Parts: sequence; C-alpha cells; structure tokens
Amino acid sequence: MDPLNCDQQRVREVNAALRALPAGGEARIVHPRGRHNLAVGLADPLSITVEGNAGYFLGGLGGRADGTGPDIVVDGFVGWSVGENLMGGSIRVRGSASQSAGSSAHGGTVMVEGDASLRAGISLKGGTVAIAGDAGAMAGFMAQAGTILIGGDAGHGLGDSIYEAVIYVGGSIASLGADARQEELTDDDVLVVKRLVAHTGFDHIDPTRVRRVGSARQLYHFSSHHHGSY
Amino acid sequence: MATGPPAGRPEAGGHTVCGVIGLLLKDPALEPELGSLVTPMIEALSDRGPDSSGIALYSRTEGSGDDGWRVSLASDRPVDWSAVCDAVVGRFRAVARPLPSGALLEVTDVQAEEVMAHVAEQWPEVRTVATGRRVVVIKDTGRPEDTARSVGLSRWGGYLAVAHTRMATESAVTLLHSHPFVPAPDLCVVHNGSFSNYASVRRSLQSRGVRFDSDNDSEVAARLLAERLGSGDDLEEATRWIMKELDGFFTLVITTTEGMSVVRDAFACKPAVVAETDRYVAVASEYRALAHLPDIGGADVFEPQPEEVYTWTH
Repeated sequence: MDPLNCDQQRVREVNAALRALPAGGEARIVHPRGRHNLAVGLADPLSITVEGNAGYFLGGLGGRADGTGPDIVVDGFVGWSVGENLMGGSIRVRGSASQSAGSSAHGGTVMVEGDASLRAGISLKGGTVAIAGDAGAMAGFMAQAGTILIGGDAGHGLGDSIYEAVIYVGGSIASLGADARQEELTDDDVLVVKRLVAHTGFDHIDPTRVRRVGSARQLYHFSSHHHGSY
Repeated sequence: MATGPPAGRPEAGGHTVCGVIGLLLKDPALEPELGSLVTPMIEALSDRGPDSSGIALYSRTEGSGDDGWRVSLASDRPVDWSAVCDAVVGRFRAVARPLPSGALLEVTDVQAEEVMAHVAEQWPEVRTVATGRRVVVIKDTGRPEDTARSVGLSRWGGYLAVAHTRMATESAVTLLHSHPFVPAPDLCVVHNGSFSNYASVRRSLQSRGVRFDSDNDSEVAARLLAERLGSGDDLEEATRWIMKELDGFFTLVITTTEGMSVVRDAFACKPAVVAETDRYVAVASEYRALAHLPDIGGADVFEPQPEEVYTWTH
C-alpha cells in the first residue's frame, strides 16, 4: 500500500483507507503536520506508522474490549488526548505528548518515550499509560482503573481524586493530589512494573525502586458516620 | 453582520474556543514575508474561531522619520472607507488605506488627536480600534481566512504579528468584540479562554476612570494590563496582576513594539505551542498552525508551563 499522504488526502480519507485495511494490514502516514484525529476508531489489529508530528486524539477509540487493536507508532510528538478512550492495541509516541495522554482509556497501552504534559491518564478506566520521561501536573486525575507508569518525575497534584487506578513513579513527586497516598511497594507491584518495563522497553526504570501511589479512599466512599450529611 | 444584542439585554463575554497566534521575527530577512507566514497560521486556526478575527502587524516606519502615528479604524456599520480616507488625506498630512471593513491611517503624531476628532465628528459610527507608532490592526467578522484574503495579508510585511480567530459562545459577534484589544498605543492582547469575575474587575477599573469599548471579558484583562503597565509595572509584573485579579482560563498573547509575551492559566486549560528558531519565535493554539514555518523540523517546540510568563524581545 502506498503511504497515506496528509498533504494530498483529508483526514477522513486517510482514516477511511485505514478502516478498509484487512486485519493484520500495515500502513504508513506521511506529512501528518499536526493534523487531528488521525487513525481513530480502528478496531482491527493493524500496524500503522505515523512519520511526523500528529495533533489531537491520535489513535483514539481504537481496539476492542478483548484488548486487541491496532499498534500505532508515531515518529514525532502528539497533541492533546492521544489514545483517548482506547480499548485495545497500543500507541507508541517516540516524542512527547501534550495534555491528557490516554484519557479514559479502557484497555490497551499508550507509551510515551518523551515527556507527557498535564493530566496524563485522566479518568483512566483500565488501560495502561506508560511515560518514559516526566509527567506534568495532575497525572491520574480521577483515574478509576488501570496503571500509570512514570519513569521520570511527576508534577503537582499527582493522582488527585484517584479511584482504583495505580500509579508508579520512578523519579520524584512534586506533590500528591487530594486523596492520593504513597503506598508500600509489594512483590506483586514489582512484577507488574517489571512486565511493563519489558513491554515498553523503558528499561531505565528499576521496578524495585518505583513509588506506588494509590487512593486513600476517603473521598469516594460513603461513611455511615456522615449519614447526616448525605 | 451582527450588530449586537437587543437593547437592554446584558451580554456575557465568555468564549471558550478561540485561536491565538503570535509571530516575532528575529531575522530581518524574513520581514517581507511576515504576512505570508501568518496567513497559513490563521487559516489553520479558522475552525477554532470562525466567527470573526483580528490581525495586528507591527512594522517600522518607512522613510518618514519617527513622528508617524498609525490609527486603525473599523466599524460594525457600513462605511464608505474610501470617502473616509479621501477626507483625511485631503485635510491632513496623512497616508490612508481603505480596507473592506476599516481603514488604516498614518498621520503625524501632533495631528493624530485632530484627525481622530475629525473622523469621529463626520462618521460617528467609526471606531478607533488601535493606535501606535508601529501597529496596525485589521478586524472583521466572518471566516478568518476570508478576511486574510480580502486584505491581501500575504503581501504585508513587518517584524511582529499577533492574531486571533474568535468563536463567541456568549457575547455578540461584532467587530468591536473582536480581538486583538489595544488598550494603549502599540499594546495588543489576544485571549483564548474565559474569565468569570470580569464584571466586578471591570467595575473597579471603571471606578478608576478606565474606559471600555465593549463588554467583552477579554477586554477587561487587556485594560487591567494597560493600567498596570501605565503605573510602571513591567510586562511580567503586569501579567501577574491578571492572574491575581481575574478568575478564569486563559492563554494570552501580549505584544508591544518591543516583543511578545505568552502566559497560560494555572491549569493550562487552553492550549499553546511555541516554536523557536534563530530566525523567529511563533506561538499558536495548535501545532498544526506552525507546521508550515521555515525549518520547523529544527525548531525548539514546547508548551508554555502554567502561570509562567514567557517574553521574547525584538
């Protein structure tokens, strides 16, 4: 298949061509020039390379509930909400990601080889967001389920209002958000991070030396002591 | 063209999706290309703000020394701009250029007040949207790329441009509500975002004698900035007052004859991307508005951090 050329084709045409690929198909997208919504809504396992910088929502809504889906590599940086609402498959960003990387992802893996801006993994619902570098403020905000791995430093308000998602941080934490707490790292945690490091190739992260951040569960649990307030 | 809300109905001023653009040239060799570099930036962000737009261009005065004073006129009512220009040129030492929805005058600074008074008397519907030694401002309603095309923007030169594409969500789509706001000579402010407490800040500014051209929330930030700069603050200090006094979301691009500043709110709710090379500094709401710039592949591309004031001087 000839490369899909964003200088000659509209985003809808590019996405329609991707949608028409048989499962297992491969495609290259050239000259993306920061265009939004590239390679969104693709259910089948595909191998897609984006040769340049992409805009918002790259690969969003991709994959199926069983965790399968396209594997997308971006050889550049991406704008807001890469892999938003991802269901399966993977997205690897060779550069950095702007805000809300992997927001609301139910499954699949969003990998960022550079840094991620604010609110990475916001409202995560079961997917995995792995960042090799630093994460901006409020990573994991209201994340309900899933795993966030930050190889570098985490910004302020980490895990604010987090539910049952878990965050692992290799570097420092500027501050924890409301109801987030640092927890003991168990052998199971080390195993989870070890597998993630193997999967992502982020082998500068030492699975035995990350910090685990989870929910103190004080914000979202009802308490019979407070029944008068409800 | 919208002419404003029904009489007596208060307007709110917020707008949440807009495009902001700034381009400061470091390399004088690029100056003839300013308009052709900015036009694709405006086209790329037209969808963020299809209602109206404004473009400010800064350039040096050619030849005529440093007593030139530029006056940018506009109106939301139909005006015979050629007649305005003819009248000014016939009466004063001036150069005048009619535009589809305004006119640009270059007069001597000693005559500027007299020229503006004359225009206001003859054409009361005409508003001065900018004055200064370096800046001209073009505003119009309708698709921003159409406005850029209608004035032949790609042929304009200069060393600094700031532009705005507006999607009004609460206040009227008029030329006078359009950015950039120019609250003092050569000072331009464009804003993507919304302020919530702008009415009370406006009241306090008005009580100190500050006059407003519109009920737009962004104009409040612009007037506050001008007041602080007028009282001796530098640009960074003045910008900190916006963060202190106003609640809301913003990416602001602020320009003076000296250069350009960018600042985002504490939560970075509104996007901004900067690209810098040794030839230019560009800022836009989205990277796709920068993708065409020369040697963008070699540029330092980054997002401004929340509440950090970035300033580049010419």
